[in-house]
Amino acid sequence: MGLLTFKIGGIHPPENKMSASAAIEDFAIPKQAVVPLAQHLGAPAKVQVKRGEMVKVGQLLAKGEAFISADIHSPVSGKVFKIEPRLDSTGFRKESVIINVEGDEWLETIDRSSDIVKEISLSESEIVKRIHEMGIVGMGGATFPSHVKYMVPQGKTVDYLIINGVECEPYLTSDHRIMLEKGEEMLIGVSIMMKALKTDKAIIGIENNKPDAIANLEKIAANFTGISIKALKVQYPQGGEKQLIDALIGRQIPSGKLPIEVGCVVNNVGTAYAIYEAVQKNKPLIERVVTVTGKPVGKPSNYKVRIGTPITELIEKSNCSLDATGKIINGGPMMGKALVTLDAPVTKGTSGVLLIENEKAKRVPVMNCIRCGKCTTVCPMGLEPHLLSIIARQGKNEQCEEERIMDCIECGSCVYTCPSGRPLLDNIRLGKSNVGFMIRNRSRK
Amino acid sequence: MGLLTVSGSPHVHGGLSVKKLMWGVVIAMLPAMLASFYYFGMGAIKVTLVAVGSAMLFEYLITKFILKQPPQLMDGSAAITGLLLAFNVPSNLPIWIIVIGALVAIGVAKMSFGGLGKNPFNPALVGRVFLLISFPVQMTSWPVVGKFPMVLDAVTGATPLGIVKEGIKNGEPMTDLMNQVPSYTEMFMGQNGGSLGEVSAFLLLIGGIYMLMRKIITWHIPVSFLGSVIVFSGILWMINPEQYVNPLFHLVTGGLMLGVFFMATDMVTSPMTPKGQLIFGAGVGILTIIIRVWGAYPEGVSFAILLMNAVVPHLNNLFKPKRFGEEVNNG
Repeated sequence: MGLLTFKIGGIHPPENKMSASAAIEDFAIPKQAVVPLAQHLGAPAKVQVKRGEMVKVGQLLAKGEAFISADIHSPVSGKVFKIEPRLDSTGFRKESVIINVEGDEWLETIDRSSDIVKEISLSESEIVKRIHEMGIVGMGGATFPSHVKYMVPQGKTVDYLIINGVECEPYLTSDHRIMLEKGEEMLIGVSIMMKALKTDKAIIGIENNKPDAIANLEKIAANFTGISIKALKVQYPQGGEKQLIDALIGRQIPSGKLPIEVGCVVNNVGTAYAIYEAVQKNKPLIERVVTVTGKPVGKPSNYKVRIGTPITELIEKSNCSLDATGKIINGGPMMGKALVTLDAPVTKGTSGVLLIENEKAKRVPVMNCIRCGKCTTVCPMGLEPHLLSIIARQGKNEQCEEERIMDCIECGSCVYTCPSGRPLLDNIRLGKSNVGFMIRNRSRK
Repeated sequence: MGLLTVSGSPHVHGGLSVKKLMWGVVIAMLPAMLASFYYFGMGAIKVTLVAVGSAMLFEYLITKFILKQPPQLMDGSAAITGLLLAFNVPSNLPIWIIVIGALVAIGVAKMSFGGLGKNPFNPALVGRVFLLISFPVQMTSWPVVGKFPMVLDAVTGATPLGIVKEGIKNGEPMTDLMNQVPSYTEMFMGQNGGSLGEVSAFLLLIGGIYMLMRKIITWHIPVSFLGSVIVFSGILWMINPEQYVNPLFHLVTGGLMLGVFFMATDMVTSPMTPKGQLIFGAGVGILTIIIRVWGAYPEGVSFAILLMNAVVPHLNNLFKPKRFGEEVNNG
């Protein structure tokens, strides 16, 4: 049998998984932690602490009161030094709680032992409540608040829980290491998620370039019921949730709809591990695995890092040649964001820090479109990037909407492939923002 | 450390460039070009140098002095236009006519629309058809193939397509006509009288396969073009083999292979989706046979491609790619 994959488009950039064999190391607690109040998709959380207040590890710093929002907890213990806007990895100033670290004192309610708790004692609704209270968000990079996914709308049922172990972004290896080192905890997390969703089927999709992770999870999954492991072809963007569902069970989410429309909930392996810690260990999301990698990095590594740690500390620790570095990315090379400051903190969505060498930092020169159609061939959503790019620039918002610009998942395959080096995705983002504005105005009337 | 670059994702590029694509096409044309030198001698070398040189010169002058932009000669597109123009004319064509052809191809068909990527019609074909209509005598006196003939004024004669077309019109029996043209193997390998690039169907095929392997072109246009030529001419042949020549003859003669692999597949002037490309290829194939069988000219590939070029924008609008989530049963 051929390997499973999605049906439309796709590319295969060099994988460059330089840090794949580096075991997860605990990273030193920073002297000062910068904790933004908006680390997730949706509304920022409301701050609950005051300047000068002493906080413990795991204590609530800010409450996500809106429906789509997430709680923020203190990743360190110490004194709240300031609450002010700071530049984060997205390049925006966001209200942040700055904590001067003193010691490492945890809330007593958190189970810090390394014992694996298998018994799932909480009920369905208690699990969802716990996921909410522990501030769990999607760890793959989109940072969608997880509890929202587990509140299944009336009339919908979940056939499959789909766990994303694809890690199709080149360079990144944090999910890979979790699957290797925290396999059992992660699968308990998956069982918890299955219970909350009232489904008896979970599929973990993993790209075939991680045979050790596939073998490890297959071995452990034999002791669990309902969890199957599926190997996938190495093809980008296999880890896009629409593509992943298509590849694993052959269902395609209709335009503008969520996975629940086709009876699925999708979460990342990192999220499954975070849910295990939240539900079984009562531990909020205060640290995560971050890959530090790239050609200028002397020691490509995977670190378990407290949220709020300045990215510059990760870079210092990994023997990086900053002279050879022309660009630093928060995330992977295809969808990550270029940092505007190295003082930006690690947040819940920081899956990796990627250093790009000087020679590759600048874009290739732009030429006229030669109408080769390669962007259309590789688009995993079946769109026409060359066309969207032009009409978005011309401000033809209605036509953009008809051509389904909002379906674009911003995977960047078109730009990667374009022989003319055209900034297709820049223009499409502009169009999406304009069309989104138009649609919101329409519904307001 | 200097300043870091900040730009939107993605941050890696696949490394494909216009330059690589264009020079890839040039490499694919080299075998057929060398064959034309071998069979037509100095005349072919002269035509090729003049066509490529003047095409590049006109592109340079127009970009620099009329459009006032930095010339991008090394992208290779002007070289391809020049080479294709040379492939489409006889080897004894006077130099001044070639220069006019290059001026029309680059100046009128390409640069007046805005240069690289903006032209609706294949520039080399526009140049060729302009010359064919303006200088019909010079454009249709075909030197007979030799083995590296050094004399510039070689003997001229009709092409196999011309012989057959004329013969059928005069009511000569098909078997007699077939005796007047070279054998199929000879025509396939390189005994075609005609334009420079038409001489060897075999070497054009090799070039085409090279481009397919390097993914410079996709199979859609060549396959639907060849397929429709075979099917359509095959039907006619089965109806009346005395009146209509067989499909194999159509395949190995004239500019068919040149059109199939190098001119119909031009990215700029062909549709962008596979479905559109299939329709486009089939349209070119059918029009080619219509012109060859019933038209005034013995050869129809150039006209067929230009006619189909005109409908490309409509094909792009009619045949959209299959959107994600459009046609899947989500049971």
